[in-house]
Amino acid sequence: MPKVTVDGIEVEVEAGATLLQACEAAGVEIPRFCYHERLSIAGNCRMCLVEVEKSPKPVASCAMPAADGAIVRTTTEQVKRAREGVMEFLLINHPLDCPICDQGGECDLQDQAMGYGTDGSRYRENKRAVEEKYMGPLVKTVMTRCIQCTRCIRFATEVAGTPEIGAIGRGEDMEITTYLEHTLTSELSANVVDLCPVGALTFRPFAFTARPWELRKTESVDVMDAVGSNIRVDTRGSEVMRILPRLNEDVNEEWISDKTRFVWDGLKTQRLDRPYIRENGKLREASWGEAFAAIAAKLKGAKGERIGAIVGDLAAAEEMKALKDLWGKLGSANIDCRQDGAKQGGERSTYLFNTTIAGIEQADAILIIGADPRREAPVLNARIRKRYRMGGLKVGVIGPRHDMTYPYEHLGAGTQTLKELAGGAGFAEALKAAKKAIIILGEGAVARKDGAAILAATVALAKATGAEFNMLHTAASRVGGLDLGLVPGASGRDVAGIVEGASKGEIDVVYLLGADEIDMDRLGSAFVIYQGTHGDAGAHRADVILPGAAYTEKSGLYVSTEGRVQRGQRAAFPPGDAREDWAILRALSDALGVTLPYDKIEQLREAIAAEAPHFAEIDMIVAAGALPDLPAGELDAAAFETPVKDFYLTNPIARASKVMAECSAQVATTKRVQAAE
Amino acid sequence: MSVRRLAANQPDSFEFTPENAEWANGQIAKYPMGRQASAIIPLFWRAQKQAGGWLPEPAIRYVADLLGMDYIRALEVATFYTMFNLQPVGEHFVQLCGTTPCWLRGADELKEVCRKHIGPEGQVSADGKFSWLEVECLGACANAPMVQINDDFYEDLDIARFEKVLDGLRAGREMTPGPQNGRHSSEPLGPLTSLTSIPTSSGESK
Repeated sequence: MPKVTVDGIEVEVEAGATLLQACEAAGVEIPRFCYHERLSIAGNCRMCLVEVEKSPKPVASCAMPAADGAIVRTTTEQVKRAREGVMEFLLINHPLDCPICDQGGECDLQDQAMGYGTDGSRYRENKRAVEEKYMGPLVKTVMTRCIQCTRCIRFATEVAGTPEIGAIGRGEDMEITTYLEHTLTSELSANVVDLCPVGALTFRPFAFTARPWELRKTESVDVMDAVGSNIRVDTRGSEVMRILPRLNEDVNEEWISDKTRFVWDGLKTQRLDRPYIRENGKLREASWGEAFAAIAAKLKGAKGERIGAIVGDLAAAEEMKALKDLWGKLGSANIDCRQDGAKQGGERSTYLFNTTIAGIEQADAILIIGADPRREAPVLNARIRKRYRMGGLKVGVIGPRHDMTYPYEHLGAGTQTLKELAGGAGFAEALKAAKKAIIILGEGAVARKDGAAILAATVALAKATGAEFNMLHTAASRVGGLDLGLVPGASGRDVAGIVEGASKGEIDVVYLLGADEIDMDRLGSAFVIYQGTHGDAGAHRADVILPGAAYTEKSGLYVSTEGRVQRGQRAAFPPGDAREDWAILRALSDALGVTLPYDKIEQLREAIAAEAPHFAEIDMIVAAGALPDLPAGELDAAAFETPVKDFYLTNPIARASKVMAECSAQVATTKRVQAAE
Repeated sequence: MSVRRLAANQPDSFEFTPENAEWANGQIAKYPMGRQASAIIPLFWRAQKQAGGWLPEPAIRYVADLLGMDYIRALEVATFYTMFNLQPVGEHFVQLCGTTPCWLRGADELKEVCRKHIGPEGQVSADGKFSWLEVECLGACANAPMVQINDDFYEDLDIARFEKVLDGLRAGREMTPGPQNGRHSSEPLGPLTSLTSIPTSSGESK
């Protein structure tokens, strides 16, 4: 391992490391624009110049391998002047529009110009101007500001796997654009804005709305998919202004999906901000007391088998635990957190992403069954692509053919292929031969009628081939719900049973905790209580609406698909009369005369940890046990389908978002155009 | 050099003629598996020839598809190299060298000739016969000033000689490329003025 001396500090770095990394190891900060540790090295901004002994001129430290015994100086006059020269060149054509630039206040160029810039320019020539480039509804461009670092090109090509951005022309006339200004199609596209060191790429929906220094920053967790991406919610007053990724090497690295990032405008529209009661077929505003009284009239004394509760995809562990306890006190076993009807539950190892997301990087064979990771969990898909780029990865897919951003072998469309693999043929051999093989089973595959049989067959395949079994969830609440046992008790009804019962008149009261993805028309004449945030399908059908808090408005525990418990923090208060969901259930239990035994969220969390101890291990993975043998069942021959039909509209918040609607329409247009071609 | 854009009016489609397609396959076969994209420049060049001296947008996509490249990567190449004309050119495409040696020897006057006989720079003349562009050094400084018309160099020009070349081409006559002042290649016009004797082994002339 080479030893490098940086400003008199001797550091040892890994073989193949660059001088810039050596400098960082020595605690010396090197200014840079084009270098990014997750992207390939371009070496074109020249800002990272350092002096190396025996080198006749300053060297670009990002592109220079650290040689043993190299002596680097970063504080000499020569280095300072070299960097000032680079900065002067960068500023020749960069406009002085910081006061109207959305990057202002968090701009690398602005910051570094403070260190290496001069107060005036020696250039009297006109600055270069570049025509705007359209990149879609999310990324706004002001290309005159571009300093051609090419980070966006490298991100799109390498990480996102959709090589759509490029640099046309050359020299001073080089311009960053997409092919004929087509919209970016990647689900991770807006990460290029985070990467842009200047204000050339900014968030279109965020344009001219706030300055970074006005925003209060709250570290939280995303609920748009089951990955549990770490996010930072920026608020001004009570308003969420934007959502940014937060670094977590084990989960999302520093990327988040476009849905995670731009769903925030959905938090402001279609909100339920006060309780409603349906009278004479019309919803009217009501007080909390009236709403609880209306519910108590139906629930008090109701028979346990004639009531049912369904939990939606965005619920935190707290409210699920409260609902479960409430239902227990009401003597009902009809409770289910799997609103898509997935046949999961039981042993924890059968519903977790056991490999963990970071663990994907060690895999050398991946079998994807009935899942479309690119749309169901874009950040996790980026990890698979990262693994693919390291080389030597075999991917097999059973299910629909999608562009997954990495090549794969399409093995088949349905369960027939699964049977063949169980016979040990074809890709099963690749799984056996691999050092670390993993199988990823999609949510869509277990949500079918024969879901239990598919799960059993996949678990059996995993055991037979020595592969690790992984369940890829799409709902942020799902693993938490299963961990807390929000599945029907003995002789209880599951989601299909509750809906069926309601349509037949066997269920009188249905409690929807943010559940909007079930067929509301089939609930018959049942009395429907909807507790949630948005006026979506559930609220339209509801007889009583209890306004809850969205994920940015409450502190809550979420368990990601890999079983990682993470705590989301409150960034803003719920609108109007809306309250935190667990508190609503606690108050309702009081009104029903079956008071739940917790008054504070800490007590509730203790109760949760008492039931499932891993909930106390925040941001840790508690490994699940061994895979059990599941009883085999009859497999249906139908082809697999992904549950994510429209990536941008998967939950009530996203459906209330204008930006997401625009993206969805864009994708539809692009598809039509492609079909026409 | 200024920003180069794709032409506003583009043909609906582009496809190699059978002969060109076969030739293209031969070019692609020169490169090892997985490196087919290396054939992009010869293929673009052939596509440009086939399309009449310029590279239409459908041709960029066609070549990209042929080589399994992303469209944006192909567009990057097409816009990077100025030898690929993104705008239509005349039947005789005049590239006029304006770099220092030619400029000192009267390139500005030739430019005037172009403006007078062809029209504004970068536009195809009304009859479709000509278009012209000022380019950087074409490497024939010994015969400055010079222009390149399609594949041929016309050197040692002045206003009259250049007009003669243009008139001849317009009339459809076969013109002789090379020096237009009667000398051979870049040899002196008259008798030798230097190196008139055989050098001795010691390096001195006799």
